[in-house]
Amino acid sequence: MILTGLSQIAPDFFSFNQVIIMKALSIRNLTKTYGNGFTALHGIDLEVEDGDFFALLGPNGAGKSTAIGIICSLINLSAGTVRVFGHDLARQTEKVKQCIGMVPQEINFNQFETVQNIVLNQAGYYGIAYKEALIRAEKCLKHMHLWDQRHTVSRRLSGGMKRRVMIARALVHNPRLLILDEPTAGVDIEIRRSMWQLMREVNEQGTTIILTTHYLEEAESLCRNIAIIDKGTIIKHSKMADLLAQIKVNHFILDLAHRITKPPVVEGYEIVQLDSQTLQVGIPSEKGFNQLFSELTRQGISVMSMKNKSNRLESLFLDLVGG
Amino acid sequence: MRYRIALLTIVTKEVRRFMRIWPQTMLPPAITTALYFLIFGTLMGQRIGNISGASYMDYIVPGIILMSVISHSYANVVSSFYSTKFQRHIEELLVSPVPNWVILAGYVSGGVCRGLLVGTVVIGISLLFTTIPVIHLGLSCLVFLLTAILFALAGFINAVFADSFDDISIIPNFILTPLTYLGGVFYSVDMLPELWQKISLVNPILYIVNSFRYGLIGVTDIDITVALTMIISFIGALIVFSLYLLNKGVGIKQ
Repeated sequence: MILTGLSQIAPDFFSFNQVIIMKALSIRNLTKTYGNGFTALHGIDLEVEDGDFFALLGPNGAGKSTAIGIICSLINLSAGTVRVFGHDLARQTEKVKQCIGMVPQEINFNQFETVQNIVLNQAGYYGIAYKEALIRAEKCLKHMHLWDQRHTVSRRLSGGMKRRVMIARALVHNPRLLILDEPTAGVDIEIRRSMWQLMREVNEQGTTIILTTHYLEEAESLCRNIAIIDKGTIIKHSKMADLLAQIKVNHFILDLAHRITKPPVVEGYEIVQLDSQTLQVGIPSEKGFNQLFSELTRQGISVMSMKNKSNRLESLFLDLVGG
Repeated sequence: MRYRIALLTIVTKEVRRFMRIWPQTMLPPAITTALYFLIFGTLMGQRIGNISGASYMDYIVPGIILMSVISHSYANVVSSFYSTKFQRHIEELLVSPVPNWVILAGYVSGGVCRGLLVGTVVIGISLLFTTIPVIHLGLSCLVFLLTAILFALAGFINAVFADSFDDISIIPNFILTPLTYLGGVFYSVDMLPELWQKISLVNPILYIVNSFRYGLIGVTDIDITVALTMIISFIGALIVFSLYLLNKGVGIKQ
């Protein structure tokens, strides 16, 4: 109470953010209107805890990249405040930049440079002396499994390697906040899984991560907290577990051992026959599988295999954004 | 210290860029200027005779050296900074804690390095055709450097406004080249009608060429103090304008 009062009197010294809980990111009333009059962000508020692995989701054009662009000083804001580890973006821009590592959606390094030079140049921009930069570049490139390609001109790398170069580049100055804007877009599932592992390792070492992605399985697997943005407004901001707990019915596909002519009826479960050997079942969260399988067995129906109809978060996401 | 490292990083990157493509950056000016000296200096110069007491070859040497400095310092910055925007690796600098003055100083220094290097190559070529007395060494070096700075700045501004590759060739072709040829490289402004003499006074290249010519062979159409004041004023104005553009994020931020 006293601290809240002090924060109102002298926000720079007694800010709740700075003294009690150091937020990795604190956004207040962030608004962006482009030159053509289009408003991409309508006064959003967002907070990310230090050490968090945070998902920022939203459909295309929702305002994710605009928000990230503003945080990373790539886009000028129209109104509002952005604080990164207590530093105000408008007044302490260089301190904010020191804290952030950015991995953009599209490849944005010089494709005529070697992998090592890309990372070394970035270290130089952050004022890291060449000898130290060499040591850090080696560490980052080894971490991203790119050390063997360090002398390769970057345009010759595969898509997955190029994305890892951008992560290595973003990590070379040891940022406290790493922002990943769709880092696994367009890479195959094997590379995606290995990048998930890399991201987990980076987060476990204490780096706060904000991730935007269209792969909702990725967000569900990696992130502890989530915000969903749609049409420039935050429509959901909660713990991932709390959000997933809102799911009332989980849908599964059952492959049957034998053909059936009509769908079985089991009280309390929604069952739809997709074809003669496949059922779609809706299982309410408060009920389990046991009662369903007992009843199916009693009716002489054997289930050979079962899979999720869709990713759980995906269903919720589509409900929230009206998809 | 941090800014010095960032500046050195940009300059090293820029120098490495034009040295990597040295057949495109170093050879053409050597060949072009050798042809200028051969055709204008040796073949036509003998028929033109002396201007202001100097042989035509000696008269055009300072201007031709500066032509190469002008075009290459300009071309280096305009092509490099525009490519940086086009390929979006400008974002590497924008997300980093590099102040705008360091970005400007880094790119301009890269252009200056290329301009001076090409200028030195052209001086070497000119020595094959004539001897350069160098009357005022300090003044010559100063003008040589200021010319590279001025046109590297101009190239930077062109790149900031450019939205396409056409935009980075229009200014050099339709503005810079005419200004260079009308800046008294091949003739004395005293030879022009009075109206054109007055119009020529707004051309910065006139001041540069005359100062450099005075430094090398002791001949000028313009008062040297006025000329140096004009050159430094042009540089000051372009620095202020460039920093204004960077601070506003014109052409690089939305």
